[in-house]
Amino acid sequence: MTADPITPVLTKRWLSPQSWRLSTYEDLEGYSALRKALKGSPEQLVQLVKDSGLRGRGGAGFPAGVKWSFMPPNEDKPHYLVINADEGEPGTCKDIPLMMADPHSLIEGCVIAAYAMRSHHCFIYVRGEALHPIRRLNAAVREAQAAGYLGADILGSGFDLELTVHAGAGAYICGEETALLDSLEGRRGQPRLKPPFPAAAGLYAAPTTVNNVETIASVPYIVNGGADWFRQMGREKSPGPKIFSISGHVERPGQYEAPLGTTLRELLELCGGMKDGIPLKFWTPGGSSTPLFTAEHLDVPLDFEGAAEAGSMLGTTAVQIFNETVSVPWAVMKWTQFYEHESCGKCTPCREGTYWLAQILERMVDGHGTEEDIDTLLDVCDNIFGRSFCALGDGAVSPITSGIKYFRDEFLALCESNKRELVGAQA
Amino acid sequence: MTTPSETPRPGAEPAKETFAAAGADVDVVGISPVREEGMLADEPLASPFDAATVAEAQALAARYPQSRSALLPMLHLVQSVQGYVSQEGIAFCGEQLGLSEAEVSAVATFYTMYKRKPCGEHLVSVCTNTLCAALGGDAIYKRLGEHLGEDGKPLGHEQTAGTPGEQGSITIEHAECLAACDLGPVLQVNYEYYDNQTPDSAVELVDALRRGEKPAPTRGAPLSDFKAVERQLAGFFPEDEEAYRIDVDGPSQAVETLRGAQLAADRGWTAPAMADDAPLPEVEAK
Repeated sequence: MTADPITPVLTKRWLSPQSWRLSTYEDLEGYSALRKALKGSPEQLVQLVKDSGLRGRGGAGFPAGVKWSFMPPNEDKPHYLVINADEGEPGTCKDIPLMMADPHSLIEGCVIAAYAMRSHHCFIYVRGEALHPIRRLNAAVREAQAAGYLGADILGSGFDLELTVHAGAGAYICGEETALLDSLEGRRGQPRLKPPFPAAAGLYAAPTTVNNVETIASVPYIVNGGADWFRQMGREKSPGPKIFSISGHVERPGQYEAPLGTTLRELLELCGGMKDGIPLKFWTPGGSSTPLFTAEHLDVPLDFEGAAEAGSMLGTTAVQIFNETVSVPWAVMKWTQFYEHESCGKCTPCREGTYWLAQILERMVDGHGTEEDIDTLLDVCDNIFGRSFCALGDGAVSPITSGIKYFRDEFLALCESNKRELVGAQA
Repeated sequence: MTTPSETPRPGAEPAKETFAAAGADVDVVGISPVREEGMLADEPLASPFDAATVAEAQALAARYPQSRSALLPMLHLVQSVQGYVSQEGIAFCGEQLGLSEAEVSAVATFYTMYKRKPCGEHLVSVCTNTLCAALGGDAIYKRLGEHLGEDGKPLGHEQTAGTPGEQGSITIEHAECLAACDLGPVLQVNYEYYDNQTPDSAVELVDALRRGEKPAPTRGAPLSDFKAVERQLAGFFPEDEEAYRIDVDGPSQAVETLRGAQLAADRGWTAPAMADDAPLPEVEAK
């Protein structure tokens, strides 16, 4: 059975007036999954999420149920559930509209996930610039508390959960889960060495699970519909629906929730094709940290395996589309400036590497590049990739290496006028 | 070429002479060419924060299992009082949480939302990351800088037009991806979204702000000012229920946001139907 081109699950309430209110949410099956979940055992819920094949929606795609099962069964130390709502990957704009439109779906997911992991305190770490989502979440928490969905003895089950909405302060690196934990502890957001993984020593060195907003918001639907229902959408190893954020040079940019494995060709059909008919030049499948794709990749299935097999990553399904009018070296330079600004400074390859990469690219775009610069760029990238403390470094080199791979001519063209004239070669 | 005369041996060598042997301590203040009143003192700075702010800071600390977690919200609270994080603000947070000023400074300087210079009534953040920039974000930022600059000198990143603290003053900054890419180019005023901007619309917007007007954002609450939103980021919302609801209910349902859901509704596309009662899986009891 094939699913429809668009499968609104997470987005199904977004059209309702005041979709963010508790009354709307309750009218549309809201908190019914919580009632069902609380009648089951934590082990059953972990098994359900494992069976569903739900994979982390924050970029890495780690199986959520497996992550949950890493939490120790005892409660020697308090367990924490932390929601990563620090959406900042360039191009990514799915969690912020979700938290604005349907904050209760995230809260319901938090309560179910916390119950499954025996956690009694959940934090939602929201990017500071996302003020309106922070307001909506706080209002929703207040409503949920008053209605008995949060707090002590939730719905008479004996389960207690406190939920704290925490605003960040502007640092891309805090989207990295261990940097987020340091930030939540009131420190500079710098990544931690793993192991120990957060499930062993996370927030306050206690067992912690960090999950993305979209991952947790998917949980209530899986509880209600079951694993088999969830698997009717998407592909075997990447099941379920996913919010594709389509931006850039298309006719109708926006949020399209489609089954995983949908191709760009299909997405372009949904969003009305390229703007003004100007042909596609390059695009990112999941934010700027995922290597660029080109028009050759229109039929790559956009799921975790498909994107990886084609040489990129699914990332956050932030599909940024650029037409023929955009210079690749310029776009790569802008992204590199971003990584230079956001490098946390903890490790040398990333801190120094991004600094030099940005300068070389700025010089090239300014018309003073040479062919050797291309080799230097790739050499620096090689020294950052796999040698940095966290994934920011790997992400920083993605646009450069993929940009040079597919558009080397454009980089060379920038150097054309700077070729060294050899004495005697003019004749 | 030099030859090493003697290879130093590893380990600590006891000093043959102590400093005491050099005589009495020198009164450095006494012999200093700088007058005493010009020297740095260790005296605590006068606190500009009143008892209500202290109570709020303590309430923040009590929200977390470990009080240090309240540092980020507390720095937002400091900004809501002063419009920036001053040295007094740093000292205040340190005092409330039992941290040194160095520990607080290290955090305050790491995050871009903490401003170290007084901010205008409004903070205008223009996204100049790649996608917005390609759609016109760079042009918007350049135009605003030129428009708000004086004497042919454009206003730069984190610079203010007008006098901070006075009505109509604006600080501008170029921002990284603001997570509204489908609505680009975007800018934010006090973190409320103004979507699908052009250089002209942005100039119109800042002119209105300079005149003391508060044009409504595309998505977000009715525009207030930088200090007021910093209070919300610290976790304090309007006491008055009606004012609170007006903020919360501010618009969010942009056409772009709803496009996928709307298209599905128009075409009759849905997710597969759920079974009436899908049971939870059986697991062996542990």
